[in-house]
Amino acid sequence: MNREIISLKNLSKSYNIAGKPFYALKEINLSFGEGEFTGIVGPSGSGKTTLLNIIGSLDSPSSGEAIVLEKNISSLNHSESARLRNYNIGFIFQVFNLLPVYTVYENVEFALLLQNFSQDERKKLVLQALKWVGLENHKDKKPDKLSGGESQRVAIARAIVKKPKILLADEPTANLDAENAHSILKTMKKINKELGTTFIFSTHDEKVMKYLNRTIILKDGNIEKETKK
Amino acid sequence: MLEFRLSIKNLLGAKLRTFLNLFVLSISFVVIILLNSLMDGWDAQAKKDSVEWEYGSGHLLNENYDPLDSFSILDGHAQIPDNANNLTPILVHQATIYPDGRMMSIKINGIPKDQKSIKIPTAKISANLSKFPALIGKRMAESANISIGDEVLIRWRDKNGTFDANRITVIDIFDSNVPTIDAGQIWMSLDTLWEMTGFNNEATFFIANDLYQHSKISGWEFKSKETLLKVITDLVDAKKSQQAIVYILLLGIALLAIFDTQVLSIFRRQKEIGTLIALGMTRKRVVKLFTIEGSLYSFFALLFGSIYGLPLFYFLAVEGFPVPPADQKVGIAMSDFIYPLYGLKLIFGTVFLVVISSTIVSFLPARKISKMNPVLALKGKLQ
Repeated sequence: MNREIISLKNLSKSYNIAGKPFYALKEINLSFGEGEFTGIVGPSGSGKTTLLNIIGSLDSPSSGEAIVLEKNISSLNHSESARLRNYNIGFIFQVFNLLPVYTVYENVEFALLLQNFSQDERKKLVLQALKWVGLENHKDKKPDKLSGGESQRVAIARAIVKKPKILLADEPTANLDAENAHSILKTMKKINKELGTTFIFSTHDEKVMKYLNRTIILKDGNIEKETKK
Repeated sequence: MLEFRLSIKNLLGAKLRTFLNLFVLSISFVVIILLNSLMDGWDAQAKKDSVEWEYGSGHLLNENYDPLDSFSILDGHAQIPDNANNLTPILVHQATIYPDGRMMSIKINGIPKDQKSIKIPTAKISANLSKFPALIGKRMAESANISIGDEVLIRWRDKNGTFDANRITVIDIFDSNVPTIDAGQIWMSLDTLWEMTGFNNEATFFIANDLYQHSKISGWEFKSKETLLKVITDLVDAKKSQQAIVYILLLGIALLAIFDTQVLSIFRRQKEIGTLIALGMTRKRVVKLFTIEGSLYSFFALLFGSIYGLPLFYFLAVEGFPVPPADQKVGIAMSDFIYPLYGLKLIFGTVFLVVISSTIVSFLPARKISKMNPVLALKGKLQ
């Protein structure tokens, strides 16, 4: 394994439902190396998204430890979490979550605005990211004028434009047809190879499986199986 | 600033919602400025007219005379003191006139023909050859149905209490906005009034001119211009307070619209908020973004209000705001038209009030974001 950048030790996440604890994740022990292309696979409610949210510092574990890029997620305050996400983690969501009033260009540019890049640098990086996903001709369109596949490509461009070390994708192909799903996955694979970005997917989409280097199957918050190519 | 740019984009993107909010808020802006400027205009004009027509630089009153108590007229007069420099003496006396056979109690004011302290056109008395020439105001003329040139029977009591009567000739009807020198009053030459009453060289009060320097005169009490004008200031302030209810209501409606929009926005845009946080924006910045977004309504409202407000303000400044005749009978100086007075204090004060209050009502719902769970926000599951 390449240099370890994520380490989860005895990680549990529980919620209090009707006075009883419900475990979304139970005693998870995992580590992820730099440049991995990993899928967390499992049915709905298996804890995939919760795991991604904890790695992405959007959520914190109930017990155990989540070390991401040498930062203990439990000990980070809101600002430190935001900084970690801002500089090192990209998110891709199932429903794209593009900002509706911005153009494609502005949606992608947003991630760079948070890092105070100069206008020239922003322009160069945004156009480069749009070229990566093949949308350089759609930069002035608003999200409501894009197809599902195009919207997800914008979301990918927005996630990769700041060249994060980790890219977390929550069911990125769930809302796409087969053709678009394969196209998106190929794009991600290309970025993974060329930029060395660590990709972690949550998915229960069979189409995704063949692209993964490593598959972690979750069931009821436990790791049921782990396979590597 | 990123939040500022994003806020503008969000507002412009919201189109109709933004337009409705800023339209309501712009009405508040315009109405607050208009109502207050009319009050300020009225205040300034009433004070100017009162000084020019009644108060001069102040009144020196006989210690027994109270202008608000007509019973004090009988004894409220005395010999003019020797050191009455830069003072115009006025002798007030009660009488009855009989216009068209009706009986009407009035006040006669005796004033020197050559005075220049107030704008009562006394010079016209000098130029007239009638035996008892008199001046009246338009209100008196209207209520007594008297015209220029009319002779009216007048009856009064002299210093011994003996009734006497004669006919006065109305030689002019002056047009003043000050009702307290007009309604129920007749202005005559002081010499004539002394002759009629026998109160030779006596006065009820004096009107000071600009050169008057007050020093204590026994038996007389000085009221400065400012003290006399306080009645107007108090009345205008009371009117302003009443009008404040109107614009507080208007502003309240506008702010409620912004508050409602912000609360709905935060609920409706929770996925967007979750996304912003996931992309690395701190919660503090998201709160700032939504607060700026709300407070920008006031800025846009100011611009939008200027589009229709400025021409309206200009028109009223030139043409004046017509005052219905019924409103002119409030007891203090009020002309047929009020010209609004737009002070910097009023304009900046209003802008400050609206901007600050819209920022506060934007911040209150936005605070909720700082406690928002980004995971639930991304799922759109916050209640």
